[in-house]
Amino acid sequence: MADNTMGWDEFEIGAMLRSFDGPIKDIALTPQEERNYSPNNSFTASVADWRIEKPIFNKDYCIDCQFCWIYCPDVSIVSRDKKMLGVDYDHCKGCAICVEVCPTNPKSLLMFPEQEDEEAAIASWPEKEEKEK
Amino acid sequence: MAFDKMELNEIEVWDGNFAAAQALRQVQVDVVSAYPITPSTPIVEGYAKFLADGYVEGEFMMVESEHAAMSGCIGASAAGGRVATATSSQGFALMVETLYQASGMRLPIILNVVNRALAAPLNVNGDHSDMYLGRDSGWIQFDSYNPQQAYDLNFIAFKVAEDHEVRLPAMVHQDGFMTSHTAQGVKTLSDDEAYGFVGEFKPMNDMLDLENPVTHGVQTEEDWHFEHKARQHHDLMTKVFPKIEEAFDAFEKLTGRKYNIVEEYMTDDAEVAVVALGTSVETAVEVAKEMREQEGIKAGVIGIRVFRPWPFEYIAEAIKGIKALGALDRSSPNGAMGALYNELAGILVNSDEKAVLTNYIYGLGGRDLTKAHLKEIFKELKANADAGKPTTELQQFIGVRGPKLAYL
Repeated sequence: MADNTMGWDEFEIGAMLRSFDGPIKDIALTPQEERNYSPNNSFTASVADWRIEKPIFNKDYCIDCQFCWIYCPDVSIVSRDKKMLGVDYDHCKGCAICVEVCPTNPKSLLMFPEQEDEEAAIASWPEKEEKEK
Repeated sequence: MAFDKMELNEIEVWDGNFAAAQALRQVQVDVVSAYPITPSTPIVEGYAKFLADGYVEGEFMMVESEHAAMSGCIGASAAGGRVATATSSQGFALMVETLYQASGMRLPIILNVVNRALAAPLNVNGDHSDMYLGRDSGWIQFDSYNPQQAYDLNFIAFKVAEDHEVRLPAMVHQDGFMTSHTAQGVKTLSDDEAYGFVGEFKPMNDMLDLENPVTHGVQTEEDWHFEHKARQHHDLMTKVFPKIEEAFDAFEKLTGRKYNIVEEYMTDDAEVAVVALGTSVETAVEVAKEMREQEGIKAGVIGIRVFRPWPFEYIAEAIKGIKALGALDRSSPNGAMGALYNELAGILVNSDEKAVLTNYIYGLGGRDLTKAHLKEIFKELKANADAGKPTTELQQFIGVRGPKLAYL
């Protein structure tokens, strides 16, 4: 419903939206970037401005365990062939669940202020925490 | 899963509830999501028994309230099934929020409403308060006057509602106890005839079409809401009556029983007429005949068969030449004129017809409308016709104890 000039007689009845343009098959096996999303699909809408803090990904420590990918409530962790690639900042709302579930030491995802530069963030990444004996 | 067919006699002795339950079985409703309430309970109970006994292939959902019952119907209908339920009164009131969801989502659910008064004071008997509560909800509303019609109109309702040109939910109303619990001879359709008349359910944008995923129940704000509501109103105003007429014609061909969007009894030469809904129509027809035979008053009756969409043009045609009309409202208007009065006034005000229009409030909470009441009403209408203006107050309460109540 991106076109706000449409009249009452120009759309399908029932306040119903289609997720994709045309039929789909094997959608679970199709990566997001290759899906034929319709303009009505929320994939095309950015909700980045809902966020106050953002998760930044540091691949140096990542073990590709996929916990962040599984736990993200908004499918905003981008992972391909079980390799963690990064964060979809158009849809991430900054809930920090990915950081919470990350098992590495130091964590491979940390929350930073929205305006933080990624390179600066990675340069300031904390050291490994020693276990208390 | 297979189901057994049921051998029915040509005429069965059924009350309105059982007739409706049989109709739900014969059209093979896929899902009934229901919560019991007097006097409508036997309809969904009947479906559940047919299901348990193997006479229907479907699903019965027991839920925790009428709000949940209609919500279940909405989900099942959006998923792509043939869906129906039943309710009355307080249960109907609890459903109201979801009624608007069902119609806005264009889901062809059939709701049997066994009309009953709204509390307080609590009352299980029939009046039209619940039917009136639903009149702006965007549903089609059929009204039956006896068990035969409660049976027949269910088939009509499924056929019209599920048509892809229409895709709107429909209510089939019957009067609590007067119709729902009064056993009468009902001419039946065989299972094959009934199913053949309504046809197989044809889904539209159903959620179980996994190759074409859809989102139902979306949110729209000032940018889109108006267009959706306008579309729904337009379809109610222009598409529903032609489809109802088609269905009535097809039904007459099948059964010989003729239904009309507005039922007219002796209106051709009538000088006075009452306009009514439900079982009162049948009493009024009997009294109108007596008025003609005994009093020489040319009395007629107009029965509303389809309450929503409001049959403006059909009634405008039906009232031609009538000099005095009585609008019989079986619901407390609580500080206004009755709904039928207002709707009829809306027709009269821009027409060439000059009928004197008055309003009678009657039958609240199942109070009887007697033949004596109707005789009085016809006599008053005759006096209005002769005088060319109201000879009574515009609104009168009929059959209530205590000092006479009349207004304006």
